[in-house]
Amino acid sequence: MQKIILAKTGNEAMALAMKQVNPDVVAAYPITPATEIVQIFSQYVADGEVKTEFVAVESEHSAMSACIGSAAAGARTMTGTSSQGLALMYEMIYIAAGLRLPIVMADVNRALSAPINIHCDHSDTMGCRDAGWIHIFSENAQEAYDSMIQAVRIAEHQDVRLPVMVTTDGFIISHGMERIDTLPDADVQSFIGKYDPMMHLLDVKKPFTVGAINLTDYYFEHRRAMVDAQNNALKVIKEVGQEFGKKFDTNYGLIEKYQLDDAEVAIVALGSTCGTSKVVIDKLRQQGVKAGLLKVRVFRPFPTEEIARALENIRTVAVLDRSDSVGGFGGPVFTEIRSALYGSAKKPQISGVVYGLGGREIDMEQIEGLFMDLKAGKVKADAVSYLGVRE
Amino acid sequence: MSELKKYKELALGGNIEKGGTAVDFKTGDWRSSRPIYHPENCIQCLFCWVYCPDSAVILKDGKVTGFNLDHCKGCGICAHECPGKKKVKAITMEEEVK
Ligand code: SF4
Ligand code: SF4
Repeated sequence: MQKIILAKTGNEAMALAMKQVNPDVVAAYPITPATEIVQIFSQYVADGEVKTEFVAVESEHSAMSACIGSAAAGARTMTGTSSQGLALMYEMIYIAAGLRLPIVMADVNRALSAPINIHCDHSDTMGCRDAGWIHIFSENAQEAYDSMIQAVRIAEHQDVRLPVMVTTDGFIISHGMERIDTLPDADVQSFIGKYDPMMHLLDVKKPFTVGAINLTDYYFEHRRAMVDAQNNALKVIKEVGQEFGKKFDTNYGLIEKYQLDDAEVAIVALGSTCGTSKVVIDKLRQQGVKAGLLKVRVFRPFPTEEIARALENIRTVAVLDRSDSVGGFGGPVFTEIRSALYGSAKKPQISGVVYGLGGREIDMEQIEGLFMDLKAGKVKADAVSYLGVRE
Repeated sequence: MSELKKYKELALGGNIEKGGTAVDFKTGDWRSSRPIYHPENCIQCLFCWVYCPDSAVILKDGKVTGFNLDHCKGCGICAHECPGKKKVKAITMEEEVK
C-alpha cells in the first residue's frame, strides 16, 4: 500500500477523511474554527467527488437533528462543529447517543462564551462528556485524519452503536499545516467496509418506532445498556486501532505512554499539548530528568484501569486540564484520574493543573518549569493550580 | 402488564420493533369528558370518523356505532363537526364524573 504524503491543516485532513469515507449524508452548519471542514467537504459534494447528500441547515440544532433523522433512516452520517455550535446541539447530542445512532462528528475544540472567544480549550466537548458519545482527542492532524476513519468502524460496531466525536485543538491543529500520510481512497473504503444499519426506518418490510417514551419503567434500563456499550467500546477501539496499525503501520490505543514506564515525574495531557510535552521530555531526559507523559487519546469511554496501571508506580504526577469545572475540584481529567487511582495500593502524588483556557498559549518553557517544580516537590499534591494565568 | 424486561433484553436505543403498537397503549384514562352517541340523529356522514385525531370512532360495515373509550381523549372534535339531523347533534359531550 502506497501512502500519499500531503501538506494539510487539521481541518483539511478531517475533510479529506470524510471525503474518503464518502458518507451517505452530511448535515452541518459552519462555525469558527471548524468551518473549513464542512466547507471543503461541500466543495467535494459540488464537484461530484462524493455521493453524499449535503444538508445545509439553519443551525447546529438542526444539523444534529438532521443527522439523527438520517442515521435512523439507515444512512452513514457525519457532521462537524465547534464550541457554541456544539452547545446549540446539546439537546440533540443526548438524543443521538440514546437512540444509539452511529454518527461521526468532527469537533474543533474551542472555548465557550462568555467572554466570547474563538481559541482552543476543551470546554465544549467536555460539556458533552456524560451524553454517551465516544470522545477521541487528536495530538495532531495525522491523528485527526486517522481517527476520523477509525471512528466510522467504532461507531458502527454492533457491540457499540454509539456516536463518536473526534476532536482537534482549535487553530493549533485545525489551522496548523503539517505533513501527513494519507491513504488511497480504496484502502479507506475497504477498512471501513459496507455499512449495515441493522434496523432502519426506510425498511418498509420491518416497521418500527424510534424515539418512543420511556418513563420510570424503562428509561433506567436504556441508560444502563449504554454503559455496556461504552465498556464494549474500550475493546473495540483497541481492536480497530490495532487493525489500522497492521494495515497502515500506525497503531492506536486508548492511551499512549511516552517515556512513562521508568518516569519519576509525569504529566497527563490531551491533544496538541502532548506533542509539545514530548519535545520537553526528550530534552529533560538528556539532562537525566526522568520525565514522562501519559497521553489520553480516548476520554470516553474512560480507560480507568489502563490509566491506573500506567500511573500507579510514578512518584509525582500533574494532570493538565484545558477546561475547568468551575466550582468543582479541578478539571474533568484530573477528577477522573484521581478517582481512577483511588483503588491502587501505590499511588502517585497527584495534582491538577488547569491551563490554556481560551487559547492561552502553553509553551515548552512552561511545561519544562512544571516538570522541574514537580521534581522539586513544589507542586502541592491533591490540589488544583492554574498555569499561565495572571494571579 | 407483562413482566418488565431486563436491560439486556431490550431493543437498541428504545426502539419498538414492530408497527401499530399505539393500539396497545391505553390513552383514554385521562379524559375529562366523553362523547355520547345519539343514533336517532345520525345521518352517517362519517365526519366524526374522519376528524377524530385518535381513530376512536368505531365503524361497523361502514356505519358509526360508537366510540373506543380506551383511546378517545375527549377532545370533542367529533361533536363539534357532527352536523346531525335537522341541526340536532348526533354526538354530545358529557363530563366524566367518576
Ligand atoms: S372526543 Fe375526540 S378523541 Fe373522542 S371520539 Fe370524539 S374526536 Fe375522537
Ligand atoms: S358526524 Fe354525526 S351525523 Fe356524521 S356520522 Fe358522525 S355521529 Fe353521525
